[in-house]
Amino acid sequence: MNNKSIVIDAKNLGKQYRIGAQRAKYKSLRDEITRGAASLASRLRHPRANRNSQNYFWALRDISFEILRGETVGVIGRNGSGKSTLLKLISGITYPSAGYATIRGRVGSLLEVGTGFHPELTGRENIYLNGAIIGMKKVEIDRKFDDIVSFAEISRFLDTPVKHYSSGMYVRLAFAVAAHLEPEILLVDEVLAVGDAAFQKKCLGKMEGVVQEGRTILFVSHNMSAVKQLCTRGILLNSGTVAYDGSIDEAVEQYVTIAQQDVASETVFEADPSQPMSITRLSTRNEQGDKTAYFSSKESITVEIEYRVHEPLRDDHIFIILDRADGLLVLKTSDDDNGRETRMDLATGRYISRATFPGGILNEGYYRFRVVLGKRKGVKHDEKTSAYFEVEDTNDYTRSVFGKRNGALLLPLRWDDCFYEPFDELT
Amino acid sequence: MNEKLPVDGRIPVRYIKPVKGWVAIDVRELWVYRELIYYFVWRDIKVRYKQTGLGIAWAVLQPFMTMVVFTIIFGNFARIPSYDLPYPVFSFTALVPWTFFANGLQNAASSLVSNANLLTKVYFPRLIMPMSAVVGGVIDFVLAFGMLLLLMLVYQITPTANVLWLPVFLLLALVSALAVGLWLAAVNVQYRDVRYTLPFLVQLWFFATPITYPSSLVPEIWRPLYSLNPMVTVIEGFRWALLGTNTPPAPEIVLLSSLSALVLLVTGMFYFRRMEATFADVI
Repeated sequence: MNNKSIVIDAKNLGKQYRIGAQRAKYKSLRDEITRGAASLASRLRHPRANRNSQNYFWALRDISFEILRGETVGVIGRNGSGKSTLLKLISGITYPSAGYATIRGRVGSLLEVGTGFHPELTGRENIYLNGAIIGMKKVEIDRKFDDIVSFAEISRFLDTPVKHYSSGMYVRLAFAVAAHLEPEILLVDEVLAVGDAAFQKKCLGKMEGVVQEGRTILFVSHNMSAVKQLCTRGILLNSGTVAYDGSIDEAVEQYVTIAQQDVASETVFEADPSQPMSITRLSTRNEQGDKTAYFSSKESITVEIEYRVHEPLRDDHIFIILDRADGLLVLKTSDDDNGRETRMDLATGRYISRATFPGGILNEGYYRFRVVLGKRKGVKHDEKTSAYFEVEDTNDYTRSVFGKRNGALLLPLRWDDCFYEPFDELT
Repeated sequence: MNEKLPVDGRIPVRYIKPVKGWVAIDVRELWVYRELIYYFVWRDIKVRYKQTGLGIAWAVLQPFMTMVVFTIIFGNFARIPSYDLPYPVFSFTALVPWTFFANGLQNAASSLVSNANLLTKVYFPRLIMPMSAVVGGVIDFVLAFGMLLLLMLVYQITPTANVLWLPVFLLLALVSALAVGLWLAAVNVQYRDVRYTLPFLVQLWFFATPITYPSSLVPEIWRPLYSLNPMVTVIEGFRWALLGTNTPPAPEIVLLSSLSALVLLVTGMFYFRRMEATFADVI
């Protein structure tokens, strides 16, 4: 194999984090002193204890792969499997704890929406700012400016501060800037989850164009149909190691198998007092109120959200996003959709809220909830994902006639025979 | 990070490996990213006075109003000597570089934490953030300096030829702000205690600098320690260069000040580089 055509060559890459480090966010000197004293005391008591094994975990371990020029690789895996950490290592944001990698070519990242945008600046100004942040030169931006504007379809609002943009415009602009970076290696982390269908299609088209120019794409997504459309190769990560590396179809199939193992009726999270609100528990209950992860398609499904409000709040909401295991976004909903009174004042304390999905809608499959606490205007306090739950199709009509039906919904429709006229008898 | 951006179609190669211990400062990479410094400075200036009624006038008003208060309290009530200069000019000449230093220091110290979302999403040399935070203060300085010239005109003070030294003193202020800013920015990522210590530190530093009083008031035996503060040289230098006080900062004071600023800068840079690998993980 020609050595030159390998653009990413990773050997035994590993990344270790301290347990709790991410949740604790940052330390205060006082905590550090307390911790220091505690660890000194414990070391006096257990002089030979190995602190590494106790306080650290590997987010990624022994990751080895080679990626060739022009390949499109989908990196898939459950939340916490190490996908984003891998991308961070490749882009240089964090450093590995073990192993090494050689990267040939400029690496560009398609950023999460709005990272590097300043709300007070106009669209025009943000194109330059964002371009510079992701590594473009001014001459390069000048040259591509018109392309970026027309791709983003924002020419009328070019001199409006982006804080007045709709979220759709925001996303389009962010993608447009990054898509014109023309790096040798493009990293795409879950950006296509946003924007309308037409724009998503346009983005995928743009990325296919990138591939035709001989560039390489690493694509992280939960949207399996997008991954399948764009990628030829899939790397499946599971608990920080490569579980599968090969054809994208096989990788996706294995991914869904892994998702099935992650079925549970309840997931508990640690409260994060550094945020105004944080989710502490997500669970699913059936009509009888019992916790379960298995539902018949006729049953209603209640999601129970336990959360804490750490500081008094106004005008905050709970948003629920229902995803199918293959990444299909089924439903987005929020706690005031029903005209439920806006909760003006939220005192500090522990809360439990429930939302019920009526039965007889979802087709069989594996699903899970993403729950977001925040404000309508893009402020997010916390986001947590539940374990998967399974819906089993118990309808007689689907079983008897078709066996298993495809499609996201199992919705018996109302049928009316509205006209009848017998043929004239031919005599 | 050993990144070389494309030059003449050559493909840059980067090696990713664990970092341990001290890391060299990659001047080449900083040079490659120099435009980003410009854009961060430009962003901060554009945004700083948005949605304020008086806008950029604040750059002048802040030190000016402080000067008015000082003139009343220290000039009129306490009758602090001021090299026989009108107290408003005496204190404003000091407040202009001091404001530049103090704002630069504080902005640099919080630069990483306030840009945390960028830090965890994009790669660029992290040194750029505190650097552009300090450099961004230059515009405010220029405006306040214009006000200072106006004030001198009012009091009919003409600068001497020493004024040519002014850029040197400004550079010393910039280096000092960056040096301390680097230290604090890196520590701030790990320990948010910096946020609470900072106002106190700046206040303490303010009184350890001859802003409201001339440095001649400091007892002789304390002078060497006193001149470890680079801002002593900056302030006295400004007065000497602009107002023609016939007491130029003594050579040994200038030397000590510059040396301490330089030591702080070099150690700050290395400490920053050493901590850089962990920024995205702990911020």
